Amino acid sequence: MTTHRTIAFTLNGSPVTAHVGNHQNLVELLQGQGLFGARESCAQGLCGCCTVVVDGQAVSGCLTMATLVDGADVRTIEEPQDGEGGLDAVQQAFIETGAFQCGFCTPGFILMTRQLLDANPHPSDDEIRHYLAGNLCRCAAYPEIIKAVRLAAKKRKG
Amino acid sequence: MATTLGKNNSGASSFESVGRSIPRVEARAKVTGKAEYVHNLRLPGMLYGKVYRSTVAHARIKGVDVSAARMLPGVHAVYTAADIMKLVPDPHYGPAFHDQPVLAIDKVRHVGEPVALVLAADPHVAEAAVQMISADYEELPAVFDEIEAMTSKAVVHEVLKPAGTFPDLKHLKGKRDTNIALDFHLRRGDAQKAFAAADHVFEHTFRTQQVLHVPLEPFVTVADPTPNQLVIHTASQSPSFVRIEIARLLGWPENRVRVKVPYLGGGFGAKLYIKLEALVAIAALLAGRPVKISLTMEEQFYQITKHAATLRIKSGVSRDGKILARECEVWWNGGAYADIGPRVTQKSGFTAPGPYDIDHVSIDSYALYTNLPAAGALRGFGIPQLVWAYESHTDMIAKALNIDPLAIRRKNILREGRPQATGTLMRDAGIEQVLERLARRMQWEKAFDHEGSDNDKGTIRRGRGIAIGFKASISPTTSVAIVNVSADGSVMVNCSTVDMGQGSDTAMAQIVAEALGIPVEAVTLVHPDTDVTPYDMATLGSRSTYHMGHAAKLAAEDARDKLVALAQEVGLSAETTPIPDIFRKKYGMQAGNIVGVGSFIPPYTPPEPGTGQTPDATPFWMIGATGAEVEVDTETGEFKVTRLVNIVDVGRPVNPAIVETQISGATLMQLGFTLSERMEFDAGQVTNASLADYKIPGIRDVPAVMENEAVDMVQKSGPFGAKGVGESGTFGVSPAIASAIDDAVGVRLTSLPLTAEAVYRGLRANAGRPLED
Repeated sequence: MTTHRTIAFTLNGSPVTAHVGNHQNLVELLQGQGLFGARESCAQGLCGCCTVVVDGQAVSGCLTMATLVDGADVRTIEEPQDGEGGLDAVQQAFIETGAFQCGFCTPGFILMTRQLLDANPHPSDDEIRHYLAGNLCRCAAYPEIIKAVRLAAKKRKG
Repeated sequence: MATTLGKNNSGASSFESVGRSIPRVEARAKVTGKAEYVHNLRLPGMLYGKVYRSTVAHARIKGVDVSAARMLPGVHAVYTAADIMKLVPDPHYGPAFHDQPVLAIDKVRHVGEPVALVLAADPHVAEAAVQMISADYEELPAVFDEIEAMTSKAVVHEVLKPAGTFPDLKHLKGKRDTNIALDFHLRRGDAQKAFAAADHVFEHTFRTQQVLHVPLEPFVTVADPTPNQLVIHTASQSPSFVRIEIARLLGWPENRVRVKVPYLGGGFGAKLYIKLEALVAIAALLAGRPVKISLTMEEQFYQITKHAATLRIKSGVSRDGKILARECEVWWNGGAYADIGPRVTQKSGFTAPGPYDIDHVSIDSYALYTNLPAAGALRGFGIPQLVWAYESHTDMIAKALNIDPLAIRRKNILREGRPQATGTLMRDAGIEQVLERLARRMQWEKAFDHEGSDNDKGTIRRGRGIAIGFKASISPTTSVAIVNVSADGSVMVNCSTVDMGQGSDTAMAQIVAEALGIPVEAVTLVHPDTDVTPYDMATLGSRSTYHMGHAAKLAAEDARDKLVALAQEVGLSAETTPIPDIFRKKYGMQAGNIVGVGSFIPPYTPPEPGTGQTPDATPFWMIGATGAEVEVDTETGEFKVTRLVNIVDVGRPVNPAIVETQISGATLMQLGFTLSERMEFDAGQVTNASLADYKIPGIRDVPAVMENEAVDMVQKSGPFGAKGVGESGTFGVSPAIASAIDDAVGVRLTSLPLTAEAVYRGLRANAGRPLED
């Protein structure tokens, strides 16, 4: 019913090989590596819980076939950061502003916020809302998330 | 860091740990993606289960053909009800009625009901096998509407089977040919007589739609049959209930079932009682291997929902706006299985007249079976439906009598010490404080500009509305906690409260730290594990801060007393000696524990049958009010909520920052239920079971201005003055927005959700050019 192949890619900076089925998605591939921060929720690329950064671009892990990351640079929420205690400015800002409740969607918001601030270091509130519109938070910590993005921008500036 | 017991500050009014906005204790785990959820769990030898579900709403099962699925390579087993009954002869469960089968037996009662289960080591194989199953049905007439269900010939359950847990359900045992799963009645004074004497009588009917919780972590359970125990890892808000109910089904003692709950990816009332646990537990025992079931988002639409309701409300009012009498009839659409619906009917039913001081009250509240997915508890336990009706009704009366919405509320609200409809006197209920604070923040008494801004003039009209609601904490319920002091002075709290995002771990750590007078950093939480965390009724209804908070505080005080006694025994003062030194003096080394236990159940008097009267209906009241401002486009009916002001009484906030997130989170969830969320059905089939078609609020749906505030109140009976907060933000949202729309353009909507189309139809009707349906 299915075929498998071996792929090689970089996972959070380290080389990895994996045996994957052609029907498996990136979330399943990462679970096989013991990483559970990218989570399949809506399975339609609508909620952002499964966000993974592939070759510098945030993608929906649930819609990305595992075999497609062969040779790619894959980064996840588990990647240790340079900042204090292994957390970057965005993670610290999310903690300080209390920008999550259950935490299930939080990795996706953090990865998207990093990408936003890389492209636009000083986003307006409208730009923040526009950029994060593809991530859902059922606890609706949105007001705090907006504050967290603002704080992270400030922290990054130093 | 050697900690010393602080002074006993139980009677103090200023605190060290309580009242501080410390970050959540699990914050780091959550921002690194490493927080533990059942979602992450994989066990050696584990099988994945996929469910074959009913495609019809009501039918007799003539046969289920699983032969092709069983033949598929990689399939470990396929089970139907017949297999389940080999292990459990009567596999029906539920908190109020034992009405829900583990897999459908003889009959299916809603689309999506589990009929068969496939197990395979590869979930994709299990999924493929499910597609090979077929069932043969003899379809029966179905009933979907709650009013029709009152008299319908279509009967969802032939015989009612109350669980026996609740005394007010016992009279329903064995009742046949009815869809009424509970009727609750309250009588105070003589409403009929008062109507006859009133200057005005108003009567309106309101409707709310069926919606659902949509936790982003869908339901997930793993069961692991070990030699001595069945271990269930589950995303559940009620680990103690799961243990008791699974033990009952299996005929085992409680201690042979172990239920473990890590963090939840959202709950909101969905993950209560038994959901996947019975099916997964029995499948694991039959297979002799660990089994995991994770629902997909689509399947989640068939698991548990929020009651649609029809609410009729009638008031007798004096010329100057005093409400003299009120009659409420509420029909709750409970779907195919009762779940906790009968509790919603009674426990919420008795607040149906609203937070108003009315001498003559009559309430009839009905829980109904229909052929829709089951309805249970969802953030507010029926209260948002009731507030929607009584606050819309209040403003319709105010408008008819030309009285200001704030003035009519000021005239009628229940003030401190006055009796509520049950006869229970209001205590520490900041209804007046919340209303007045809302009025002030809305600047209600200043003139309001109904015109749009300059560039919108002509088509935009602005409006504003206010609404206030209240809820009684469900009672009586029990919480037990253990506080375990280790020899180095660090402290663990064992409690079965589930942190599903509301911050209970942090709140309990703060409460225990406060009671012991030690730094909050010295306290950690042991997550629910029924082998080591004691009984708790459940994490629901905003009860944990008050009930478990009390138990944890009592346990800490017990530990403190024991530590003081131990210090005395060895000739030391506990208040000046670091805790490790006390242990070292006693045991000669870093050894030993001090274990404190606390158990809490509030006083309660059951309501009198028929009249619903009781002097003690609840341990505390939750109050929430919302003010809304909207802009409505008179050409299209489109409208925008531009400002939401949410004011609540939560007693003294244990953690003000987390409290604020709870208020705004609850408000925004209710905003979804008000504006965009509605389960659409075609013959019982959900036609929008996807986040593409069922719209939950996103970041762009947050109003431009949102203000949240907990008024300065103290719940004197609460732990350090605190009470619950998780639901209060939901209460006033829907009616405040509906009133704001009416204020803007004179269109009064009486059904949720509020849509641009409904506003446009209202505008056309007002203009004498109604649209055809």
